[in-house]
Amino acid sequence: MEDRVFAQFADVLALDPLANRAELVYNEYPGWDSVAHMTLIAALETEFDCMLEMDDILDMSSFAKAVEIMQKYG
Amino acid sequence: MTILEQCFARPPYSIPAAEREALLLGAFNELTAHHHAHCAPYARIVDGYWGGLRAADSLADLPYLPVSLFKMRRMLSVSDDDIRVTLTSSGTTGQAVSQILVDRESSMLQQKALANSLMHVLGPKRLPMLVIDTDAVFKDPRMMSARGAGVLGQMRFGRDHAFALTPDLRPDIDAVRDFLAKHGDAPFFMFGFTFMVWANLYEQFRDAGLDLSNGVLIHSGGWKKLVEKAVDNQVFRAALKDSFGLIRVHNFYGMVEQIGSIFMEGPDGLLYPPNFSDVIIRNPVTWELAPVGEPGVVQVLSLLPRSYPGHSLLTEDMGVIEAVDAGGDEWMGKGLRILGRVAKAELRGCSDVIAAEAA
Repeated sequence: MEDRVFAQFADVLALDPLANRAELVYNEYPGWDSVAHMTLIAALETEFDCMLEMDDILDMSSFAKAVEIMQKYG
Repeated sequence: MTILEQCFARPPYSIPAAEREALLLGAFNELTAHHHAHCAPYARIVDGYWGGLRAADSLADLPYLPVSLFKMRRMLSVSDDDIRVTLTSSGTTGQAVSQILVDRESSMLQQKALANSLMHVLGPKRLPMLVIDTDAVFKDPRMMSARGAGVLGQMRFGRDHAFALTPDLRPDIDAVRDFLAKHGDAPFFMFGFTFMVWANLYEQFRDAGLDLSNGVLIHSGGWKKLVEKAVDNQVFRAALKDSFGLIRVHNFYGMVEQIGSIFMEGPDGLLYPPNFSDVIIRNPVTWELAPVGEPGVVQVLSLLPRSYPGHSLLTEDMGVIEAVDAGGDEWMGKGLRILGRVAKAELRGCSDVIAAEAA
């Protein structure tokens, strides 16, 4: 699960495969702004073939949080 | 539960005026004390102009700042290190812009509040979304502005986004037809700035035979440019209904200085403040509270601003409270109509930038 979510992050934010996942925080990590957030949501929805709820999109403030949220859909 | 959590726990526009006044007063007094303790310029204003810190007896008794103050100086009530987002108003070239400093907590509360307001009219599911704008508005950094931020802020409440306009603001009829072919048979979400919805959707597409009857349109940005065309809310609604079968239309009123607090248009055409907010109308000569039905200057209150002292602001808009608790169960509190700008206030509003370009 974590790797599937990370693959989407890596794709959208152009991350190095060895990037420190703990540093991925919304509005703090370079590039993860509101535009990237929309792209990221779309990528996760495609990968997991699901539709995220509004609250999940608002709560997705870090990579760890994203993994936790995607458990519900994966 | 905090007062704010209580407000969030109920349908977002449902707390009647008297109950709201009683529920919110303590929380607003606490916010005034918080800003007084943590923002030195605010404390000087309260001490110098309002006779010092004291608990207000009513919401109308709370100290208020002119909204233009945020153009003149940086004001914050948290440490500089905690600021995550700096929001700026959409001043046109040469005009000072407001700077609103938002920390993580305030930012999350704003998002939550905005989500509650939009879900109230859109439903809990994210709908396919037709943006009445161009995607260049946020893709092209030269165009990034309050308008781009506004579009982006709304986009997260939709999915499968399509854009009705090309980068030079011509109608993209193919994009709109593709969108309707895919999503037109079930509820979908449309967002645009009021002036653009009129000039770039209605005026350009009105004879295209588009069926938007499943759409829910949310629009904002002000009517100033439309007043010149003699278009008011009634004309606007009638035109969209006649040309597109579009009947679910909600205007909203809000400002960057109290972002997250969305005064949403209810079924009676009036703008209702969300549970954690309120509106007060003041006589522009005496600054006393104006009674229901009497126009005056609009003062807005919101419990959200904690990182900057913007919880009680005198706007540069004229308005009137036309009814109280009259919009039905889901639409309680004061029903506001905005009448225009206070004379001599500078031209401002999210769609003005484009209004000038498009004119």
